[in-house]
Amino acid sequence: MVGKRKPKLAVWKFASCDGCQLCLLDCEDELLAVAGEIEIANFPEASHRVVKGPYDISFVEGSITTPHDAERIHKVRRASKFLVTIGACATAGGIQALRNFADVSEYTSIVYPSPEYIKTLNKSTPIADHVPVDFELRGCPINKYQLVEVLSAFLNGRKPNIPAYSVCMECKMRGIVCVMVARGIPCLGPVTQAGCGALCPSYDRGCYGCFGPKETPNTSALGEAWKRLNVEDRDIVRAFRGVNAYAEPFRKASEAYEK
Amino acid sequence: MKSRIITVDYLARVEGEGGLSIRIKDDKVVEAKLKIFEPPRFFEGFLRGRSFTEVPDITARICGICPVAYQMSSSHAMETACGVSVEGPLRDLRRLLYCGEWIESHALHIYMLHAPDFLGYQDAVQLAQDHPDVVNRGLQLKKVGNDIITLVGGREIHPINPRVGGFYKVPAKKELDTLTERLKWATEAALETIRWSATLPFPDYEQDYEFVALRHPDEYPLNDGRVVSNRGLDISAEEFLDHFEEEQVKHSTSLHARIKERGEYLVGPMARYSLNFDKLPAAAQEAAGEAGLGRVCTNPFKSIIVRGVETLFACLEAQRIIEAYQAPESPCVEVKPRAATGHWCTEAPRGLLYHRYQIDDNGDIKDARIIPPTSQNQKAIENDLSHFVGDNLHLSQDDLTWRCEQMVRNYDPCISCSCHFLKLDIERE
Repeated sequence: MVGKRKPKLAVWKFASCDGCQLCLLDCEDELLAVAGEIEIANFPEASHRVVKGPYDISFVEGSITTPHDAERIHKVRRASKFLVTIGACATAGGIQALRNFADVSEYTSIVYPSPEYIKTLNKSTPIADHVPVDFELRGCPINKYQLVEVLSAFLNGRKPNIPAYSVCMECKMRGIVCVMVARGIPCLGPVTQAGCGALCPSYDRGCYGCFGPKETPNTSALGEAWKRLNVEDRDIVRAFRGVNAYAEPFRKASEAYEK
Repeated sequence: MKSRIITVDYLARVEGEGGLSIRIKDDKVVEAKLKIFEPPRFFEGFLRGRSFTEVPDITARICGICPVAYQMSSSHAMETACGVSVEGPLRDLRRLLYCGEWIESHALHIYMLHAPDFLGYQDAVQLAQDHPDVVNRGLQLKKVGNDIITLVGGREIHPINPRVGGFYKVPAKKELDTLTERLKWATEAALETIRWSATLPFPDYEQDYEFVALRHPDEYPLNDGRVVSNRGLDISAEEFLDHFEEEQVKHSTSLHARIKERGEYLVGPMARYSLNFDKLPAAAQEAAGEAGLGRVCTNPFKSIIVRGVETLFACLEAQRIIEAYQAPESPCVEVKPRAATGHWCTEAPRGLLYHRYQIDDNGDIKDARIIPPTSQNQKAIENDLSHFVGDNLHLSQDDLTWRCEQMVRNYDPCISCSCHFLKLDIERE
């Protein structure tokens, strides 16, 4: 697959905060080594130089929120052998998908001093709603070691080793006492995919769902457990409506508790 | 040459999506536009109806490079609304966290985004082929900043530990002590950064800016202070909207801010430095002097040196805080909601960041307003482009285009931040 030529990497940005592509630059100890294995062919945040496609691997950050971007993602797909979405925006629509629960069409025209300057879609949607995606890397932000793992798997022609189990598994592995059972702190850990290293529980707070739904999440059982902790329905809705609000299991859970 | 057009469709080595276009007619610049086409994300819209406790987590997502700034401005604004002040070790820890973000963000900009411009490289990876020590110093310096954020905040991007009222968990003294040795190295590296950046070739370009920054009686500003300028402005954050306004322009999804009475102004490292030189530690003042900076800096290309000076300040300040630190008994103070409005400004790495929230008795957000640094700097950037091009029409198209891009990067613009705030004027019941 790889041959003698260095594989070409492109990084693309859609609606996002830039944090996930920054994870690549945050690999302070690995960055120059990575740059030795891969040709950074199109990464505007890091380089002025643009090498023409096609690209062997594309990282796509951000969600689709404008008609222009809904077109552009098809060009990116056509120019990319492997397309990997990085982060909650690209994978689930991101925090900006909170607009999907409001009637945007009603207020856009009233809101802006000059609405005709702004072109925006009613919904913020993940990349996979528009084009086929080869791998989705979760997280808000992504874990930079998982990013390096995806790159390394790609370079070696194997499947990335990214677990789909819950944050609870990471708590157990780290020996963190369950914040929900032992201390009554509401936690999304049981329905959220691992990847952060059980960060919030290790800082005495409940998980708030950065890595999105785990495989087969039981959101209704968790919602009921939260209710037993006297969490009001509206706060359960808020919890599921975070950075992964539009990921289907979280979306359905929030709608179930919305009156 | 009578008419020229300079266009950059997609600016590289800046955070977010923007371009520029400059039109020259009869050897005069008739139009200079910083075009921002980053899609808006409507934060001010969906913050409505959320809980006041959620703002640090939600607003952090505005920017992956300066999430701490958003967490700090939003938390302080909510605390002010609720009549609470966070003092002592918790205040110091917030300052420490912010120092980490300044070091990380400044090192990223100096070495990876800005330096290649001066030396004619496309990027830091290319620069590293000829100057590996320089780039490695930058990367390691950046890492020290990230290590501070990770220890105090939980992770470097979108920290999870800050909350309204303080933190979920505070570090033990001995945990912070683990940073001391690295900070000593970073202090030397910051000094080296200043010396090295002073040797870069700088275009001869000075402007008479109105600088706007925070000023505090006892410290170089991070979380706290009055909003002041070199033209007599001296106001509290509550008065911010009495003196500043935003307008929408066609070529930008980011609103343009201006001082009502006078127009454009400049925020960021150059403004902070020029308004607060006397609050810098002696070592930072001395290093600035040796690098050829006066007490005021009006050459935006030299902002790379100023960022080095601020990096040095942040390394020294972080050490001072760690040395004096005694873990507080509680990781946060209790904040009870009440119907009120809170305003606050802090100093993001790229400049003043204003937040205002109106909440009700339950702590539900009724209204939110956020004015980020890059939207404040847009007019100053466009003026600089116009002046610089006007003075340098003799340069070739390629050289002039390169310099214009460099001019934009002088400001370390954070475009994703700048255009997520479009005001919602309707009440939803």
